[in-house]
Amino acid sequence: MSTAEISAADPAPRRLASARGSRFEPFFHTACFVAATTLLATLGAVLVLLAIGGWPAIAKFGVGFLTQNTWDPVADVYGAAGPILDTLLVAALAMAIAMPIAGGVAFFLVELCPPVLRRPIGTAVELLAGIPSIVYGMWGLFVFAPVFAKWVEIPAMSAAPAGSIWATIFQGIPNGTGLLAASIILAFMILPFMAATLRDLLATVPAQVRESAYGLGATTGEVVMKVTLPYVRRGAIGAAMLGLGRALGETMAVTFIIGNSHDFPKGLFDAGSTIASTIANEFNEASGMQASALIALGLVLFLITFAVLALARLMLRNQARL
Amino acid sequence: MALSAARIGRRRAQNALFVGFCILVTTLALTALALILYSLVTQGIGGINLRVFTMSTPAAGSPGGLLNAIVGSIMICALAMVIALVIGILAGTWLAEYAGDGRYGSLIRFLNDVLLSAPSILIGLFVWQILVFPFHGYSGLAGAVALAILAVPVITRTTEDVLKLQPTSLRESAVALGTPFWRVVRSVLWRAASSGIITGALLAFARISGETAPLLFTAFGNQFFSWNMAGSMANLPLVIFNFANSAYPDLNKLAWAGALIVAASVLGVTIVARFISKDAKPS
Repeated sequence: MSTAEISAADPAPRRLASARGSRFEPFFHTACFVAATTLLATLGAVLVLLAIGGWPAIAKFGVGFLTQNTWDPVADVYGAAGPILDTLLVAALAMAIAMPIAGGVAFFLVELCPPVLRRPIGTAVELLAGIPSIVYGMWGLFVFAPVFAKWVEIPAMSAAPAGSIWATIFQGIPNGTGLLAASIILAFMILPFMAATLRDLLATVPAQVRESAYGLGATTGEVVMKVTLPYVRRGAIGAAMLGLGRALGETMAVTFIIGNSHDFPKGLFDAGSTIASTIANEFNEASGMQASALIALGLVLFLITFAVLALARLMLRNQARL
Repeated sequence: MALSAARIGRRRAQNALFVGFCILVTTLALTALALILYSLVTQGIGGINLRVFTMSTPAAGSPGGLLNAIVGSIMICALAMVIALVIGILAGTWLAEYAGDGRYGSLIRFLNDVLLSAPSILIGLFVWQILVFPFHGYSGLAGAVALAILAVPVITRTTEDVLKLQPTSLRESAVALGTPFWRVVRSVLWRAASSGIITGALLAFARISGETAPLLFTAFGNQFFSWNMAGSMANLPLVIFNFANSAYPDLNKLAWAGALIVAASVLGVTIVARFISKDAKPS
């Protein structure tokens, strides 16, 4: 149906044109409204069902579920301090690695890149964001882990003097998997998205602002760090928090490479398990109290990520919608 | 004078450091992309042969392919996209055309943005609670619903954005012809915005076709070929996950082949989507 067809459908004033089909209007309006409300209902239902499903575990273990670290399906006792701590630790490490890199890529694309290369490099970064997480996980396990073990973990562990702080930090089994390896893979997963968002934000800075800074004799680095980045400060924080939201909830890439151990990690090379990887690994074999404990873990993850994402959106709201 | 020369020298050095850092990390990111694609292609291509597309997943040690997983993935994703397109386009239309700046509209917009990056494993848990546990069985249908929940926010968002780009004069001229507003939306606005909506749909498809976590407890996987969406269903991401973690090299090889197929289709769809949106921009 095109506009031409609409007029062809009403050739003569046989009938008032405005009457044609106008009684469907309320139905269409309602259908659209219901569809929009589905979004609200879904998010609400996720929260409510996670709370209901996790309630037996929450009621039984109380605050201990968050502060104790026992994950014992045989005795049916669950405390999730380990996975919760690992989730926060891995996400924080991933952010620490990803943020400077994402910033550098965005600054390069906006300020330094020759115009010919801007599009291809921008596209490549976006493609990096599109690679499914399971591919990152596989690559991490089969390609990255052996290299990481041989060239980073083993040298770092043998270089660290016994008894020093470094020996503690680098504790673990040098097989290439573990907390730090998972953080690095995760960092490379979230950085393209953060870089692309930051690049789009920096592109909204008016040319006069940037040019007047250059006109005063500022160097590229000074323009970026003292003028354009502060200009989009709120949005940049929002973009980083969106990345953090993804890092907290990412499942497959982490499950492949974190090593899946419920004990408190002793060092960065030690195995751990995040909330998401614990659910992914155990839920299909779980029943009764263990299933409830896993759903309660899901609730914890939901509340953490919801808070982070909500904050991110509020920060981004006054910037151009990205 | 000497002081200011020293200062200029210091600023130059700082700037060189900054520029060097930017170039270094960009190279690093691009190298990572190249390395991932390189190992995908070199490891995956060796596993791809005719059997991959003609036989179902094997037990360790016997020959087999990925046919059941490919068909399962296509069916689950197709159903998910049908559900998501209906809800997403209508919801996006409501946000763009009916909601205005009202409070409820802002709330939905906000929740949609949150849902856009919600952890996919939680959606899997949620669908397990509403569709798997009550009906005592994993199903392809449950997997499709889980993927649809992930696709809807993407479609809603792009639909709203492209509809808002359409000029008000377009709406006014259609309404002036006496057209009811729902027909203005259907026959004029959706048509004018079609390339944008298609781009959104493709991006949503690219997002869900590689998703693994929400399928773990919903579609579950199936070693055999099946058309039955009411039963558990094989799908590529889960087969990749299981085979990659297996100790058998021939299963690992199939996992790489599957990963190559998934990544190639996701990247292909993303590139097509970009191409369409580039074409659509001038209008």
